[in-house]
Amino acid sequence: MKKDIQKVRNIGISAHIDSGKTTLTERILFYTHRIHAMHDVKGKDGVGATMDSMELEKERGITIASAATFCEWRNHEINIIDTPGHVDFTIEVERSLRVLDGAILVLCAVGGVQSQSITVDQQMKRYKVPCIAFINKCDRSGANPLRVVDQLREKLGHQAIAMQLPIGLEADFAGVVDLIAMKAVYFDGDNGERVRVENIPQQLMPAALSKRDELIDAASMFSDELTEAILEGQHAPDELILKAVRQGVLTRQLTPVFMGSAYKNKGVQPLLDAITDLLPCPLDIENYAMDMDNDQRPFVLVNDASMPLVALAFKIEEGSYGQLTYIRVYQGSLKKGDSIVNVRTGKKVNVGRVIRMHADQMEDIDRIAAGYIGALFGIECASGDTFVSSGLSLTLTSMHIPEPVISLAIFPANNKSQINVSKALARFTKEDPTFKAHVNDETGDTIISGMGELHLEVYLERMRREYQAEVSTSIPRVAYRETITQRAEFNHTHKKQTGGAGQFGRVAGYMEPAEDSDFVFENKVVGGAIPTQFISACEKGFKACLAKGPKMEFPVTGIKIVINDGASHAVDSSDMAFQAAARGAFLQGYPKAKPVIQEPIMKVVVETPTEFQGAVMGSLNQRRAMIVGCQDEGLFCAIEAQVPLAEMFGYSTVLRSLTQGQAQFTMEFFTYKQVPQSIAAELIKKAAEEKKHVA
Amino acid sequence: MLKHDLMMRNPLRLMGQEAEEMLTAGEFGALLARAGVGKTALLVQLSLNSLLRGKNVLHISLRDPVHKVSVWYKEVFNRIAHQYAIQQMDQLWDFILPHRFIMTFRVEGFTVPKLEERLTDLIEQEIFIPQMMLIDGLPFDDSVRDSLLELKALAKKYAMHAWFTVRTHRHEIPDHDGRPLQLTQVADLFEVAIQLVPVGKQVHVKALKGKGTASDHPDLVLDPATMLIENP
Repeated sequence: MKKDIQKVRNIGISAHIDSGKTTLTERILFYTHRIHAMHDVKGKDGVGATMDSMELEKERGITIASAATFCEWRNHEINIIDTPGHVDFTIEVERSLRVLDGAILVLCAVGGVQSQSITVDQQMKRYKVPCIAFINKCDRSGANPLRVVDQLREKLGHQAIAMQLPIGLEADFAGVVDLIAMKAVYFDGDNGERVRVENIPQQLMPAALSKRDELIDAASMFSDELTEAILEGQHAPDELILKAVRQGVLTRQLTPVFMGSAYKNKGVQPLLDAITDLLPCPLDIENYAMDMDNDQRPFVLVNDASMPLVALAFKIEEGSYGQLTYIRVYQGSLKKGDSIVNVRTGKKVNVGRVIRMHADQMEDIDRIAAGYIGALFGIECASGDTFVSSGLSLTLTSMHIPEPVISLAIFPANNKSQINVSKALARFTKEDPTFKAHVNDETGDTIISGMGELHLEVYLERMRREYQAEVSTSIPRVAYRETITQRAEFNHTHKKQTGGAGQFGRVAGYMEPAEDSDFVFENKVVGGAIPTQFISACEKGFKACLAKGPKMEFPVTGIKIVINDGASHAVDSSDMAFQAAARGAFLQGYPKAKPVIQEPIMKVVVETPTEFQGAVMGSLNQRRAMIVGCQDEGLFCAIEAQVPLAEMFGYSTVLRSLTQGQAQFTMEFFTYKQVPQSIAAELIKKAAEEKKHVA
Repeated sequence: MLKHDLMMRNPLRLMGQEAEEMLTAGEFGALLARAGVGKTALLVQLSLNSLLRGKNVLHISLRDPVHKVSVWYKEVFNRIAHQYAIQQMDQLWDFILPHRFIMTFRVEGFTVPKLEERLTDLIEQEIFIPQMMLIDGLPFDDSVRDSLLELKALAKKYAMHAWFTVRTHRHEIPDHDGRPLQLTQVADLFEVAIQLVPVGKQVHVKALKGKGTASDHPDLVLDPATMLIENP
């Protein structure tokens, strides 16, 4: 392993489905000599593309979309980290973005900035990931990369600046003009591996000069030296411009745009140059951990191998040799034989084999230093776990994991499947904390739950493909919740005298809505009306009632319980008695607090050709959507709406048939809102029927 | 009580009449100012005022994407809520949202027939029936009169009134009536015109034309920090 941290790039490639992420990644690996032949990804659409590429990888026995693939370019070490494409995988996205220092935003020269590009961009903004843009598919008919540059500015608010100009477009796309070197770059050979640099064609010169001026103008904002050079009328040296652009990229104030066609093997090498020239090395990025001992305050990590260790397990893979844990070290270093602590479990583990992944092979290494990415064998942990040297109490990911919003029951087809399903579930739940599995006590069914319909579909598909587990499923169920809307008092005495030691406890107080948290318990009892040792029993009693709300048996959230009075008996009071008293008090107060049912509301963005706009809006309206607005983009328009999850099942099929397959949509969890009266009545009726059925 | 309170406290009432009643179906109002003075902020305040009354507002922007317009609303709403120390903000926000519909167009792709097509989609399917229309970012150039005439017909047809933002320029000298040039050719189409004029560190809201221009009303002032009309 080389030791120059300044020559390390940990990057991600983010893209809208079908904008050529797989092809681009593959070309990068080819030019960096990680793979020796190129294949095409064809016949893909929407969700299928993800699956296609997985199949493809299997067939070729390489892992181009593996968690972290390492390659080299111009003496730089580049780790390409996989970023999941769909917003359903919020936690996974969060984790992979955490590991990146920079990213390439791939856009389609025809489709431009599409809904998913917007989502991906927002996520990158949230995690302050510096990026460069690559406009792919310049060879396609209708390609207009300069329009996409404008869209980057208008739709995403990037200070986008073209670093290149296309030479010819669509079928005539031949190469690019490098606006810094002011040269035309062509790509010869069967696989575009020979880069030929020539003078700029005469007819492109005026446009190139004007675009170069724009570029230098934008770059000069980040370098006084460059500004001085321009003001003094000197020729601006290439290195100075690059340095200024890099400064702009690092501060996320400038997005340099490159163009090409990965499929036609054009423009990939200059992009690789740009990765090394413009994207940050680990030293350029300030990373934070949360200090668990100090109210989760941000703690600045130092990229220094001699400091105590802080590392993140960002992905786990089940291989033939056992669990492979991908890890990024942020501070300190990780050596074979080290003893490290998993912050989540508090357990100490010993580091066995330390390796680094190449595209199709692995290499044993001695240690992983700060800023580097590697993998560990034989460590039991879950994805997202933080490892530290003993004595530290820092975590890199939020301990808060969003609750699943959708669930369904799965039924293995046979005994073999049953065993495989349990293996698959054990692995998936470890990989992805937003994916959960449990057995329903009453029906005995295995229930899986997650963040969206597609989220669950992907796991079901993986069960079939990777574990040969044939399963059938029930209709998905939405995770409803109950909450209260007003304050209500309670005063309940629990008294039992059936021979022997009796039970006695009185609990009084009130419950009210708590907006920011799921459950708050406050003790305002004075004068020992309830002895201190029984207060925790009261809390326990109330808490026990929350798992199944009295109204509909949905979990109760957003509730504050205050107890302010009570009574006890010197002999008959006990923990049990006060727990029972609290349960009674809860059941007494709850109906008076006007309980309501809440349902998950999703933010849905549909992108459709304008001629179908009316139909799409109609389809959303039928689904109780609140349409926020629609954005006209010429041929396409994007409709943004807030829709109850319960209404979104099977929407992709409906949308496809409404729009001749030309529209697509993204969906992410937005908030919980109260279910309308009529729907609530229906739910109550349905629940009653089911109960009858079970009975 | 909250809604009522906010409506009563609304400083727009000081524009002579309540903004809501200033215009009737088919009538137009204009908000004129130079770039960055606060046209959109005031437009959103006018909108929120109607939304609080349960009126349906169609907000058309030819400049900003949907989420940016949403951010404008959230910001202005939060500031108003903060100014009046409103407690149940979320409830109120939930109340007004269904009454708002945002439509954005690229300025070069915007035509009135296209708007009408979209509007018909919404109205026929009873998705949204607007009672007030706001158009932000329409270029008031030489050809605007035709578009405005078409819009007037549209507004009458669907019984809406409309507010427009009009961008003026620093270097242009107003006409002999003191009106910005952008308004001169189309002034007859507008029942109300309000100009935002920066004076020192303040922004004055000046009535140029219309029902609320009575001189007994003092100029309103926009607080440049919050872009809200200041409480007198």
